[in-house]
Amino acid sequence: MATDWSVRAITRATLPVLVGLTLVELGSGLVLGSFERRLLASPSLLVLVPVTIGTAGNLGSILASRLSTAFHLGTLSFSPADDELAGNAVATVALAATLFPVVGLGAWTLASFVGTTTLAPTTVVVVASSAGVVLAVLAVAVTLAATYVAYRLSLDPDDVVIPVVTNVCDVLGVVVLFAAVLVFT
Amino acid sequence: MGTVDVARDAYREALPALAASLVGGLLAGVVLGGMRAELRAVEGLLVLVPALLATRGNVYGSFGARLSTGLHQGLVEPRVDAGDERLRAAASAALANGLLASALAAVGAAVLLRLLGRPVAPLATLLSVALVAGLLSGVALTVVVVVVVFAGYRRGRNPDTLVGPVVTTTGDVFGVVFLLLAVRATLALVGLVGGAG
Repeated sequence: MATDWSVRAITRATLPVLVGLTLVELGSGLVLGSFERRLLASPSLLVLVPVTIGTAGNLGSILASRLSTAFHLGTLSFSPADDELAGNAVATVALAATLFPVVGLGAWTLASFVGTTTLAPTTVVVVASSAGVVLAVLAVAVTLAATYVAYRLSLDPDDVVIPVVTNVCDVLGVVVLFAAVLVFT
Repeated sequence: MGTVDVARDAYREALPALAASLVGGLLAGVVLGGMRAELRAVEGLLVLVPALLATRGNVYGSFGARLSTGLHQGLVEPRVDAGDERLRAAASAALANGLLASALAAVGAAVLLRLLGRPVAPLATLLSVALVAGLLSGVALTVVVVVVVFAGYRRGRNPDTLVGPVVTTTGDVFGVVFLLLAVRATLALVGLVGGAG
């Protein structure tokens, strides 16, 4: 049992996944870098970056762990009429619809404390809310797809789905934020 | 249970943890928003940010999960003892993997930006920022994870449910704060070397 806790064994178990995830995250970094000038011009948008990425990843990982528990308990079936599936999907979108307006207002308020803001608070709230709701819908789609693939390949969703979903949602978070910034500012 | 009941349950269960990590994310955002001068000075730094923040979550989330499994199995005692071999191995592995992933992110960002023909700071600068930030936030997160998991376990809380929210919240804040420190230290060092040359 002691060998499971050696530096070498832990590294062998975690490093390959970590390398893959780091490369995925570099993709989201490149998207972020491509609108760097826009972000640097508006501090409230820069403040939105970590919280949007983080909340999108969290929404996905909470949904993934709930679905994988239901899956292990045998109460999940892949049908739109499934209560467990539909209920969790609805809750994810509802959480985003509640939290992201707060995120937008919070980002604008904090940015105005630490420096000058160049955007109206309503613009930042609209950017955050629209990005949040779109992200929630995408997070549901990605989580369902990943859980379904894990199920078909008989992998344990706990091992595979959560890291994949969290990091894919990180990337989508940046892409959707970028789109929202383009559309609304 | 009908769809509405499931949705209501899921919503209530997730809201507190999400709200807590939201506060952490906003604080991290404020630090990032105050870092504009550094982001301009070190080209390519913004490209590194998602990878560095995600590394904190991935590495220390799995360190925390390992620690709580060890407590449940009785392999690790809920006592901070630097002599405990398993605790020391798990902490060193987390730090080493975190540093490797940070270095990979720095090299990857420099190579990709150069291939795309976009401006990028020297590789040594990006590497120094990534490694210093990885080391400082790694040490801080190790302490936070160990203290929270052990204290939670001793008070009869399930450490599994504590680790996720704690790591995502503190990981973002520490990640950005130590990134700022690392950039300032690196820029000061570059200034010194440049001045001497």
